Amino acid sequence: MILPFYQALTEDVTALSPAMDSLHDIRRKALERFTATGLPTLKTEAWRYTNIQRYLKEFPYELLTTAAPVSPEVAESKAIPELDCYRIVLVNGHLQADQSVLPEGKGITVGAMSAHTAAPGFVTYFNEQHHLAGESMAQLNTALFADGLYIELAANTVLDKPIHIVHVYSCATHAIIQPRHLWVLNRSAAATIIESSVHPETAAVAFANSVLETVVMENAELWHYNVQQGEESFREVHTTAAQQHKDSRYHHFNFTLPNTPFTRNNLSVALNGSHTETNLNGLYIANNHQHVDNHTFMDHIMPDCNSNELYKGVLLDNANGVFTGKILVHQEAQKTNAFQQNNNLLLGSKADINSQPQLEIYADDVKCSHGFTAGQFSEESMFYLRSRGIGEDAAKALMVNAFSHDITDAVKEPALQHYLQEQIAEIMNN
Amino acid sequence: MLTIKNLHAEVEGKKILKGINLEINKGEMHAIMGPNGSGKSSLASVLAGRDNYTVTEGEVWFNGKNLLDMAPEDRAREGVFLAFQYPVEIPGVSNLNFLKTALNEIRAYKGLPALEAREFLKLTKEKQQLVDFHSNLMNRSLNEGFSGGEKKRNEIFQLAMLDPQLAILDETDSGLDIDALRIVSSGVNKLRDAEKSFVVITHYQRLLEYIIPDFVHVLYNGRIIKTGTKELALELEERGYDWLKEELHLKESV
Repeated sequence: MILPFYQALTEDVTALSPAMDSLHDIRRKALERFTATGLPTLKTEAWRYTNIQRYLKEFPYELLTTAAPVSPEVAESKAIPELDCYRIVLVNGHLQADQSVLPEGKGITVGAMSAHTAAPGFVTYFNEQHHLAGESMAQLNTALFADGLYIELAANTVLDKPIHIVHVYSCATHAIIQPRHLWVLNRSAAATIIESSVHPETAAVAFANSVLETVVMENAELWHYNVQQGEESFREVHTTAAQQHKDSRYHHFNFTLPNTPFTRNNLSVALNGSHTETNLNGLYIANNHQHVDNHTFMDHIMPDCNSNELYKGVLLDNANGVFTGKILVHQEAQKTNAFQQNNNLLLGSKADINSQPQLEIYADDVKCSHGFTAGQFSEESMFYLRSRGIGEDAAKALMVNAFSHDITDAVKEPALQHYLQEQIAEIMNN
Repeated sequence: MLTIKNLHAEVEGKKILKGINLEINKGEMHAIMGPNGSGKSSLASVLAGRDNYTVTEGEVWFNGKNLLDMAPEDRAREGVFLAFQYPVEIPGVSNLNFLKTALNEIRAYKGLPALEAREFLKLTKEKQQLVDFHSNLMNRSLNEGFSGGEKKRNEIFQLAMLDPQLAILDETDSGLDIDALRIVSSGVNKLRDAEKSFVVITHYQRLLEYIIPDFVHVLYNGRIIKTGTKELALELEERGYDWLKEELHLKESV
């Protein structure tokens, strides 16, 4: 299959970012891997229910590696009311210093990836996560990414307020854009990071293929929220590869809301130390012909770790949901607790969900469970609400809110929680 | 206020109501009694608009409007309230949010603005005291984990909040201990006034010692076979329903 952006592959990858000379070998290897495997097909096990080639062929995308000037109102549109935070704006992965407020202080490093290739965290952890190796879209990103956000917190550094990253995607013609980020929280560091994305143009379609690596070191804690509420002219493959070390806590929340037609989230967590806690929470509400694919992988490598995964979906109209929850418990990972649940409300007449738990357990002293449900509103509940004068639409909005409450309730930032509840109510009222 | 004429209804092809006639005027308290399976709860369901019932014949008029043409929410907005025999638990919907939504939907239907937060809370507090409903249940999910008595009290509390013209209480007394029964009945009695009417469906005469009806109707095999005053309830308590059934068969065989 020939795509316009493939042409860029034949060019010298080093020309993309002269500032990142040290990455030449890594990029070449990634490119080799990518060209060897090619784009995923429906025969690729991890992409059985998502035909990515169809989405990549939809428009004549060209690779875009630069930022375009974007007015501050664009990022402002994704501001979360009442949230006291450091807002950081990236355009096509490039940090916009004039629109951003960076946290400062001892032990805090926040800046462009391209400016930090010599930072200790970068040298140690960039592209180090083996989960990326098997994912050809991530390889494509490694080979050709231009820039992204680097965050490193030194040991014992606790951010005083959340960072809110607004990813702006801007293109004059149909473009594939590939930001690359790396966040490292060293021993006993703690942070809350919220991500939003926005694509202001409607005529030109932006296809983001972003990769984020997060490293949560010993006893560190990261609260990580990703709010995907994009435009109709946006498509996204979003890969997050996290690794956790001893005694660390990682709380990941993924919200996928209308109207982006195609979203694929790859989320993997490698537990490289024992006594860790991992919470993966997901909520997807999709309408029209949206296709939302959450592909998750909990890799229990070490003993005595706890992971809890809860993904909930509301599929309206003709929306299509895919959930894959892989849990791998290695032989050494005794005393693992790994729980997974995927619940869906199928509300559209042609809505549809493909859900597949994949549990591979090689240790004998573990507690693991998984569950899946798909259903409609309980008629009895609907009748109860309507018998109190609540119209059908308002009743549905109340029920969807109720369905998603265990996800939204777990959001720790009150302003973000309120914002999400409002967004959900608005979606259901339309 | 409410006129039921020759009402026939069936569920899944089974005839349940076979010609009910009933006239309810403003301010009246009607009790409907009858053995199990006689159609008492079905009548309540048909009036509230539960959609698994099909009305095959007859009419129901409420304040001059055809009730059977309305969606369940419109019946509620017009002033019909059904206290459920088995109130539904809805995890994640808070009692308060539920009530606020219901109240404002009813107000919007009547062309009234939504209640201000302060007014709503004031009203809530007032009605809570009136029907003795614990305030610690207010912020909980709707009926979730409530005891049987708490659920029934919540029904009466909702009745107080929504202030309908016609309240149908479907076996609100079943499963209640004597203390809960007293609280629920006293709540209902406090809500009685010259404008409001009640239909109390019950299996037990005991309730009618606390809520004194103006009329008692006996429902049997989908029809009202006898109408009387509160003394009829006492007679039923003593003699059961068999004598009425016999009376009916005698009449029918003539």
